[in-house]
Amino acid sequence: MLFTDYSFIGFLAVVFLLYYTLPKKWQWPFLLVASYVFYFIASPSYVVFILATTISTYLVSLKLDQLETRQKEYLKAHKGEISREEKKEYKAGVRARKWKWLLLCLFFNLGILAVLKYTNFTIANINGILEAFHSDGTLSFVDLVLPMGISFYTFQTMGYIIDVYRGTSSAEKNPFKLALFVSFFPQLVQGPISRFNDLAKSLFEIHYFDPKVVSYGLYRIMWGYFKKMVVADRILPAVNTIIQNPDTYQGGFVFVGMMFYAFELYADFTGGIDITIGIAQTMGITVTENFRRPYFSKNIKEYWKRWHITMGTWFTDYIFYPISVCKPMLKLSKFSRSRLGEQIGKRVPVYLSSFVVWFTTGIWHGASWNFIVWGLMNFVVIMISEEFEPLYRKFHARFHVKDKAWYGVFEIVRTVLLMSAIRMFDCYRDVPLTFKMFGNMFTNFDLSAFTAEAFLGLGLSAADYVLLLICLIVILAVSITEERKGSVRDLIFRAPAAWKYVAFGGLVLVVIVFGAYGIGYDQSQFIYNQF
Amino acid sequence: MEPLLEILKNLHPEIDFNTCETLIDDGLIDSFDIVTIISEINEEYDVVIPAEEIVPDNFNSAKALYDLVTRLEDE
Repeated sequence: MLFTDYSFIGFLAVVFLLYYTLPKKWQWPFLLVASYVFYFIASPSYVVFILATTISTYLVSLKLDQLETRQKEYLKAHKGEISREEKKEYKAGVRARKWKWLLLCLFFNLGILAVLKYTNFTIANINGILEAFHSDGTLSFVDLVLPMGISFYTFQTMGYIIDVYRGTSSAEKNPFKLALFVSFFPQLVQGPISRFNDLAKSLFEIHYFDPKVVSYGLYRIMWGYFKKMVVADRILPAVNTIIQNPDTYQGGFVFVGMMFYAFELYADFTGGIDITIGIAQTMGITVTENFRRPYFSKNIKEYWKRWHITMGTWFTDYIFYPISVCKPMLKLSKFSRSRLGEQIGKRVPVYLSSFVVWFTTGIWHGASWNFIVWGLMNFVVIMISEEFEPLYRKFHARFHVKDKAWYGVFEIVRTVLLMSAIRMFDCYRDVPLTFKMFGNMFTNFDLSAFTAEAFLGLGLSAADYVLLLICLIVILAVSITEERKGSVRDLIFRAPAAWKYVAFGGLVLVVIVFGAYGIGYDQSQFIYNQF
Repeated sequence: MEPLLEILKNLHPEIDFNTCETLIDDGLIDSFDIVTIISEINEEYDVVIPAEEIVPDNFNSAKALYDLVTRLEDE
């Protein structure tokens, strides 16, 4: 059941009506039932895996909580009786036991993800090595299911258990509440990766029907459908034509495909998240924002603070920091400073941890070398810009261009082009072909790819292009307004009352009239749903 | 406090660490800076700041960071 299926709209309408008509104390248990029904409809087999992750996490979180409580009671009972060293030793013992339980939980849940998602990738690589050594034997691929949203709910659950281990989140005693946190259906499709402390309060509390909150949610949903169905799904055939026929579409077409894909991915992913956040909002639930107008970023570091924010902060908090500041890394830092000098030495922990983060980010997106190289390309570009930072500072101090509007536009365009180029690894079928097509974009470049005739050969009509151009202008105008004045919905609701009906009606009409669907139309899944 | 201020000033000479209380909230220091600061604090004070202590409240000002170092030294 896709977000864009008619059956999903029906499912959503039933959930919404029952949510507000059932006794208030049944709201969150009802959402749990609805989430499992949603997941069961997607595939009954998926339910087994999400249950295994939920149960294991629940049991270990209780164990961690029990160890923490016992420690507090022991220290309270022996206050003044034990020395500082004894207290320290006792705490270290408890911490070691908690660490073992945490590792058990992480191995189990990550194990499920690893087996289901990466087994065939591993087999393919082993076969590649065997072939390289001219071995006759090859391993057979295995038929495994990949539950929808497994990467998202596994990471969300891992974040929760690490927070309980650290003591920054208390363990949820009610297993059904934890089950809802893991399976909340709008998030199952493509995230965002929520933190328990951020989502729990509004997820479990009672919500009364508030017309303004529901209207805001509906606006957000329709804005998401507009981006997904009118923009992303419309431009998709042109993207596919270019990237699936690299022998035909070269040079300037590669550039066109790269930019079209950047537009498609933006509309697809941010549109999907708009729908998710909007659905939650109609029920009074606040889901963390995942984007902050990423294409207005002036450098790649800023881009990653604005794009897929919940994934970026997850990797920073649970991988980058723990690796960067662990004792062996601090020792390595001391060693590298003494050997390589202060300036280079102090960057070693940052670079090593960043490498691990980007490798993991790449493989999290998909079991393929394309994604791994995509992750590592991000790493390389971030490290290069980090090294050039002193140079940039000198340049800005010398030429005073930092505050000029045209320079800001230049930085934004540069970042969009850079990120779009790196994203070519999402598109082409393998890594060598991606590098080849990247080079081809320059070596074979000519302007024939930018003629009306060339554009019309990509599977879209002139009307499609006019519509996409208007959509681009609308999205740009909304983004600029949000960047400068805050929420567009706030502005609409502050305007004369008729405006909110006109704006909403217009949006619904545009989606109905211009949405890419109809008899025989094959609705496309959200790109991030595959991850 | 002086050695800590010295570490911070070396990293970002343009920031007034005596008065600024929004180092994280305003994005004046980022994750790379934080790791460098922790590494230098470890060198200077022989204190290990664990990952769970990397929260905005502890890094928003030099004073908050110094309080964290003092607390960890006492533990």
